[in-house]
Amino acid sequence: MNLLEIKGLRVSIEGREILHGVDLEIGYGETKVIFGPNGSGKTTLLSTIAGFSHYRVTEGEIIFKGQDITSLPMDERARLGIGLAFQRPPVVRGVKTRELVGTIIQKRGGTEDVGSLAQKANLGNFLDRDINLGFSGGEVKRSELLQLLAQRPDLVLLDEPESGVDLENVALIGSLINELLEKTHPIKNRTKSGLIISHTGYILDYVNADSGYVMYDGKIICQGNPIEILKSIKTMGYQGCLKCLKN
Amino acid sequence: MSQELKTKDIYQRALLAIHKPAAYGDDVDLENFQAPLEAEHPPEITAEDQQRMLEVGITRETSQRSGTFIQVDNRPLISLTRQEGIEVMSTSQALAAYPWLEEYYWKATAVDSDKFTAHAGLNNADGYFIRALPHQKTVFPIQACLYLVREKSIQDVHNIIIAEEGSELNIITGCTTSHQKPGLHIGVSEFFIKKGARVTFTMIHHWAEETIVRPRTNVIIEDDGVYINNYINLVATRSLQTYPTADCRGKRATARFNSILVAPAGSKMDVGSRVFLNGQGSNAEVISRALTTGGEVIARGYIGGHAEDARGHLECRGLILNDGGIIYAIPELKGTLAGVDLSHEAAIGKIAEEEVEYLMARGLGRDEATSAIIHGFLKVDIEGLPENLNKQIDRVVKTSQKEHL
Ligand SMILES: Nc1ncnc2c1ncn2[C@@H]1O[C@H](COP(=O)(O)OP(=O)(O)O)[C@@H](O)[C@H]1O
Ligand SMILES: [Mg+2]
Repeated sequence: MNLLEIKGLRVSIEGREILHGVDLEIGYGETKVIFGPNGSGKTTLLSTIAGFSHYRVTEGEIIFKGQDITSLPMDERARLGIGLAFQRPPVVRGVKTRELVGTIIQKRGGTEDVGSLAQKANLGNFLDRDINLGFSGGEVKRSELLQLLAQRPDLVLLDEPESGVDLENVALIGSLINELLEKTHPIKNRTKSGLIISHTGYILDYVNADSGYVMYDGKIICQGNPIEILKSIKTMGYQGCLKCLKN
Repeated sequence: MSQELKTKDIYQRALLAIHKPAAYGDDVDLENFQAPLEAEHPPEITAEDQQRMLEVGITRETSQRSGTFIQVDNRPLISLTRQEGIEVMSTSQALAAYPWLEEYYWKATAVDSDKFTAHAGLNNADGYFIRALPHQKTVFPIQACLYLVREKSIQDVHNIIIAEEGSELNIITGCTTSHQKPGLHIGVSEFFIKKGARVTFTMIHHWAEETIVRPRTNVIIEDDGVYINNYINLVATRSLQTYPTADCRGKRATARFNSILVAPAGSKMDVGSRVFLNGQGSNAEVISRALTTGGEVIARGYIGGHAEDARGHLECRGLILNDGGIIYAIPELKGTLAGVDLSHEAAIGKIAEEEVEYLMARGLGRDEATSAIIHGFLKVDIEGLPENLNKQIDRVVKTSQKEHL
């Protein structure tokens, strides 16, 4: 059994269909990456897995740990082990980063110290700030990963974790992701799984993925070795993927 | 002018203004209330009263307070100080003890401002006199309680606060009532912040559904003086109107106002903060948070920049949790000189679903997420709040949220 199985998923936003039947699976300890042009539906897919009310599933199902979660409230999905690092998270005024990270740890019954987790993400000085208020692009991404470190999800959903991050910090982002995905453990001992959206593929310099998908216009059009896929996108663009599809 | 003539002058002006409606707020017919009576014997403070006072930050544990003042209706009951160089007495005592106090009495607030100041003037309203001698600093806050007990009557209060040069005062004033019947509270407060002095004044109101409240506050700030005003009203109040005003007349004088208002259905709160920047390099910050679960809030703010390098910022945020709630934000700026720097931001909205779901994605339930957001909205980072206020905010968040869901 896989950790996550998505079958024939169709999703609409405000009456317009964005995902036109997506099939995807992720095994235990497996990491997959999704490429695709802007607007192809990558964020929609992750948001639907996380359960945002804005995204309406009209057909298909999402099975997580053998349970149909297609219409489960999102906080229950989080408690089941799904965690999402947002591409563009909202500012929550008045709610301090320290408070939220502490609450997340407590909800899980964990005992980690908020301060030392924050040190790891190089956010020691951000704990008394309102969540995401005035954070730079890189700080937002690190704060998302800090929250996931607190949450320790079994399925780690990462929406463009490297976009807007300067070169110095990409390595740090990479190592935080590797920690979340237990990449330092021997392969057979890994229990955490990942689904990473990457527009550029830079993150693959730091994080190994087992396989890659290409999403195009609300459909997954290709699956294979992530490095190979990335190389062909870089040389031929997504048009190349379309041509390959026709042949 | 002789003392006698001065008193007569105040009286005359008050007499002429006793029917003058206030500039803001619903008019109040003073005839509907009983004339303030001299109580025959001092009232007793019961355990229940003490509990109410605790809600507004007034504790019996006076070891944590540099001074205490309690007035029940129109009668000062307790005034004591525990610190050398810090004076706490009733205004009438102070007027008798210090002839020079005439130079302050009705000097920051005009007695003929409106019918409410006039009423306090005509009735020789008593209240507290708090003074820090030069360079003296309160170790603990001074607490002052104004307690409304008599039904259908008017409580007149007149406070005078003087922070002498280089001194520091931290005052918590808690106002509350023992009954749910109609009552009118009139509170005049005149502040004088001398050179380099600093005053933190926190006022917590906890009235009842039938109370009408008309505080009148004026502050004069000299060179390098700092005045910080925190106003908190988290419970139902029939009608509240106040517009405390600071005159930053000294160079580099600073005024900061923070207000937190929660208006349940049936409440009408018209609360503003006004600062005139008359001194070179003087500055102001006005922050207000208004939350309604069905009541009406008018959140005013005014900063006038009238001197070189005057700087001011106004921030006004409103959250409407239920239909029927009204928030009317009126931020005003006036500059009369090149080189002033004034700005404001105002926003009114509801709880953003996007933020709720963001927190839910981390495993918080919908209720938890909502209350974290309301909590965050109300908890402005302000200095000088008494410890138990957080508990109160927690309670208010819980009830507001219940009404919201
Ligand atoms: N909140 C929304 N309201 C309306 N349309 C949306 C919303 N979010 C995304 N879309 C639309 O859905 C499509 C897919 O968007 P998205 O999933 O964000 O793509 P990607 O992450 O691949 O760039 C786009 O056409 C986008 O305009
Ligand atoms: Mg996206």
